[in-house]
Amino acid sequence: MVTQKRWLETVSGYIFIGPLLIGIMVLTVIPMMAGILLSLVNWNFVSGLSQMKFVGLQNFVTLFHDDVFLKSFGNNIVLLAVVPVTMLLSLLLAVILNNKVYWKDVFKVIYFMPYISSVVAVAAVWQVLLHPSYGPVNHFLQSIGVQNVPKWLADTHYSLVSVMMIMVWMQIGFNLIIYIAALQNIPRDLYEAADIDGAGVWHKFRNVTLPMLSPTSFFLLVTGIIGTFKVFDLIAVLTGGGPANSTSVIVYDLYQTAFIHLKTGYASAMAVFLLIFVLFLTFLQWAGQKKWVNY
Amino acid sequence: MRTSQPVKIVSTVVMGAIGVLFLLPFLWMLSASMKPELDVFTYPIQWIPKTWHAVENYKMVWAGDFPFAHYYWNSIKVTVLTTAISIMVSSMAAYGFSKVRFKGREAWFLLVLVTFMVPSQAILVPQFLLYRWLGLFDNHAGLILLNCFSVIGTFLLRQFFLGIHNDYIESARIDGAGHFRIFTGIAVPLVRPAIATYAILRFIWTWNDYQNPLIFLRSESLFTLQLGIRKFADVNGEFYSLIMAAAVSAIVPLLLIFIIGQKNVIEGISMGGVKG
Repeated sequence: MVTQKRWLETVSGYIFIGPLLIGIMVLTVIPMMAGILLSLVNWNFVSGLSQMKFVGLQNFVTLFHDDVFLKSFGNNIVLLAVVPVTMLLSLLLAVILNNKVYWKDVFKVIYFMPYISSVVAVAAVWQVLLHPSYGPVNHFLQSIGVQNVPKWLADTHYSLVSVMMIMVWMQIGFNLIIYIAALQNIPRDLYEAADIDGAGVWHKFRNVTLPMLSPTSFFLLVTGIIGTFKVFDLIAVLTGGGPANSTSVIVYDLYQTAFIHLKTGYASAMAVFLLIFVLFLTFLQWAGQKKWVNY
Repeated sequence: MRTSQPVKIVSTVVMGAIGVLFLLPFLWMLSASMKPELDVFTYPIQWIPKTWHAVENYKMVWAGDFPFAHYYWNSIKVTVLTTAISIMVSSMAAYGFSKVRFKGREAWFLLVLVTFMVPSQAILVPQFLLYRWLGLFDNHAGLILLNCFSVIGTFLLRQFFLGIHNDYIESARIDGAGHFRIFTGIAVPLVRPAIATYAILRFIWTWNDYQNPLIFLRSESLFTLQLGIRKFADVNGEFYSLIMAAAVSAIVPLLLIFIIGQKNVIEGISMGGVKG
């Protein structure tokens, strides 16, 4: 009787999780393994299976001598800076918004707007706003007397920074909302105890607020860093990786290699590298969290 | 921590100023979409158009030679179906992972969580090959399936299912209800706000998705709105007023949905993120 009941429970469990598991197996796990195998061959998917040639780790060796890939990887590393900057600004806004402001809900909607807007639409606007010669931003800069206005997205020195500013602008809303919720979860008596000890505003922020927020910061850091490696839509629509690959990232290089240059095996090697690197960074953060995250 | 009124007024003004900076690109977009092309780049910016051209611009976008309305319809179709199926799959899995006790549950859940770390681009190539092989390439069914098995949705809903007291479930079990009846009759109604949150987020994400339609669709008649706007921008290269009208048209439904469901979304994200 008991075993039959347990068996029934197991069956219903699998019925409930079944659709998701099958979907993930077919659409994620199997492709992941296939990708690892594909990274070891020289092949282009148009030419048929018979043309597939096993090359071992050759693709990975080529990868580390590929200037475009190395540039893209470097850009990905620079993009990481977006995460702490976004978190810092969001935290600042969240602390102000949390209790010292009228119309809090209106502000939440305003700051969240870039997050919900389509990248394609947003990119179209920024392309125009940042246009070197007739964009409103440069008009404004010239009108206040700036002599050499930057060419923003069209300038190899400023393009990546421009992309990063837009990324921060898009991500603040999400970080902000999570920080506000976390701030509201901090027990009041902690602040009261600090008051009794005569702690000042900065002291309270440093010794109560920040430690209490650390699990949230950890969550935002981990998901934010994974997010910077996934930024494809914005790059594809805004800059196409240019000018001169100055804004190319791994995922964009991968897309071009796989679907424009049709190098299936080589693109798969990039994918494997990306996967390992993201897992490695996530692991580093898990290992490092003991030092600064309080649960 | 009481705050005095002057402080509150000052911080409201500061936040308002930053808020306006945040909104400026949207205001510019809206304003440009209602002007004749020649006025788009005049400086100082005419925030309120001197010559109104709104009707003409939007008519050109929606009823011109370009099949904008058709792409819009494709997006509605794909987004609504994706959202509906994804909610079913994720809420079932979330219930299974939180309220059914069976061996191997935690291990499967861990596997599901690990796949969340996999950037979708890292499996794009094999996925694409698989799709061609299965005949799912270049059709809407395939595109819809891609976004139906959401880890983040499952994770979010599971957080809320965990919040349901087990006594509810147990007493229903004793009354002889099976898991399916508890799921539809008790559990789902109790987490309705969370489902609304996820539905809104999934709607927004799918509506805005550019990468998957770009890779998995080829026929122009199947294009979704995001691909459509890109094509529209290519065709109308220098007509920024029209491109902005198209962009505004793409954002409006999201904004409406978001403003209506604002409370739900913000609470849902907070719950999922903070307690996670």
